[in-house]
Amino acid sequence: MRLDEQTRQDFPILERIVNGRPLVYFDSGASSQKPRVVLEAMNRYYERSHANVHRSIHTLGEEATELYEVARDSVQRFIGAPSREEVVFTRGTTDGLGLIAETIGRTLKTGDEIVVTELEHHSNLIPWQLVARDRGAVLRAVPLLADGTLDLVALDRLLSPRTRVVAFAHVSNVLGTTVPVREIVRRARAVNALTVVDGAQAAPHLRLDMSALECDFYVFSAHKMLGPTGIGVMYGRRAVLDSLEPGRGGSEMIKEVWIDHAQWNDLPWRFEPGTPPIAEAVGLTAAIEYLEKLGMDRVSEHERALTRQALEGLRRIPGVTVYGPPADERGAVVSFAVEGLHPHDVAALLDAEGIAVRAGHHCAMPLMRSLGVVGTSRATFSVFNSPDEVALLLSTVAGLRSAL
Amino acid sequence: MSTPTPSAAQSLYSDVIRERWRRPRHRGELPGANAVAEDVNPLCGDRVRLMLAIEPGGRIAAARFVGDSCAISTASADVLADLVAGRSREEARALDVADLLGVLQAEIRPTRMRCVTLPLSVLGQALDGAPAAGQPPSAPSSRSPRP
Repeated sequence: MRLDEQTRQDFPILERIVNGRPLVYFDSGASSQKPRVVLEAMNRYYERSHANVHRSIHTLGEEATELYEVARDSVQRFIGAPSREEVVFTRGTTDGLGLIAETIGRTLKTGDEIVVTELEHHSNLIPWQLVARDRGAVLRAVPLLADGTLDLVALDRLLSPRTRVVAFAHVSNVLGTTVPVREIVRRARAVNALTVVDGAQAAPHLRLDMSALECDFYVFSAHKMLGPTGIGVMYGRRAVLDSLEPGRGGSEMIKEVWIDHAQWNDLPWRFEPGTPPIAEAVGLTAAIEYLEKLGMDRVSEHERALTRQALEGLRRIPGVTVYGPPADERGAVVSFAVEGLHPHDVAALLDAEGIAVRAGHHCAMPLMRSLGVVGTSRATFSVFNSPDEVALLLSTVAGLRSAL
Repeated sequence: MSTPTPSAAQSLYSDVIRERWRRPRHRGELPGANAVAEDVNPLCGDRVRLMLAIEPGGRIAAARFVGDSCAISTASADVLADLVAGRSREEARALDVADLLGVLQAEIRPTRMRCVTLPLSVLGQALDGAPAAGQPPSAPSSRSPRP
């Protein structure tokens, strides 16, 4: 059975009728839809077990703590992290990247260098701009080759003993480019730079193995991988986390506190100030278990087939430009333009057919400039999307040029 | 091959919007403009530059626009250029979104309302930077400099 045939009935939202047509949701790259098991797990938690975690010495507090920490174990297993202490919960990818930038930022000195890439989402660029400005550090960007992949020769030229951080996306949210993480980590490590990987577009689609990727940090959001909004993960290599001061202060992240100083808590709580997103952690566990049951290799295979179908089909439509590398070198992301139509109008016209795509600069303005466009229209695929839906996208896009 | 349902697409893109998008009447440079402003829609990166030729007496003789923008934003800018021509600065400043919607004749959703209002806010900036009667033209104002 095809993956979408197996999963569709698990997503209540797919029963929606939008503008008189059944919803076709191609915007999981912005935020995915949720299977019923995730919604039920969060409801059950709120109806039966909710309390604050870690310090509540009562039954509900213990249940909530147990559920919250089980989520950490689930994430550890899902991403192949060597230990649970390396899994820190955040509010999402943006929060995680900001936390890392602030935390590493405190150790930077004037003249230190931070390397990013032209592919980055603003979330993996602006925090580094702020840090560079505050610390007198220099921000450099790896350019792209014409095919939408990173220029690794240029990376070698940018790396030097001054390089302290190399921050990059695993999968581009615009072009879908899959970046060779291990290769970049290897080169960064040769100059003793820390590596920070934005995995927002990779975690929902690829089998992850932190011990194989060997990066120092890897961050992602639950809401793009069938889980709830409001929670994300920051994986940090233990040796690196141990060496860093906490980026943010508050309750939970301390052992003992005096007026003028404090002793930090153990990992991972040292990086989790305040009451965490507990129900969201419960939802994330359910999402991970759902994906694991499907099998991440099968998920990748299904989404790659849809991506290939969309790429090949769009390329055949006169007046349509498709951006980025071939299907086997990209995630479940297809960005395109229709000649004579603005991306927002493309999205609005598709929405009139019940088809949800993203349009605009995708929070990657430097990349838009490098492509020479204001924005693109973007379709992204998930476990519940079908080849029939992709066919509908293709036939609708083919009719768009005469629509306005 | 399926084409968009007339109802949904047509309520969003009225005949006026389609016509102004296909054949804008005031798109292009305006030589001799003495009040110019440009701004972007942070939501989508759309950019509109509005150029006004203001007579010494304060009457707006002509207005034109250029920009990378969607059908709604383009139509809005084109209609706005129509509306300001011949008006005094004060009259131009008093124009609001209802005036534009009245001409555009479309059901604009909240997510696209900024496409309608972007040219209006650029007009305000252009008038703010416009020379007082008898003064030399000012430099273009722009909140978001070009890269």
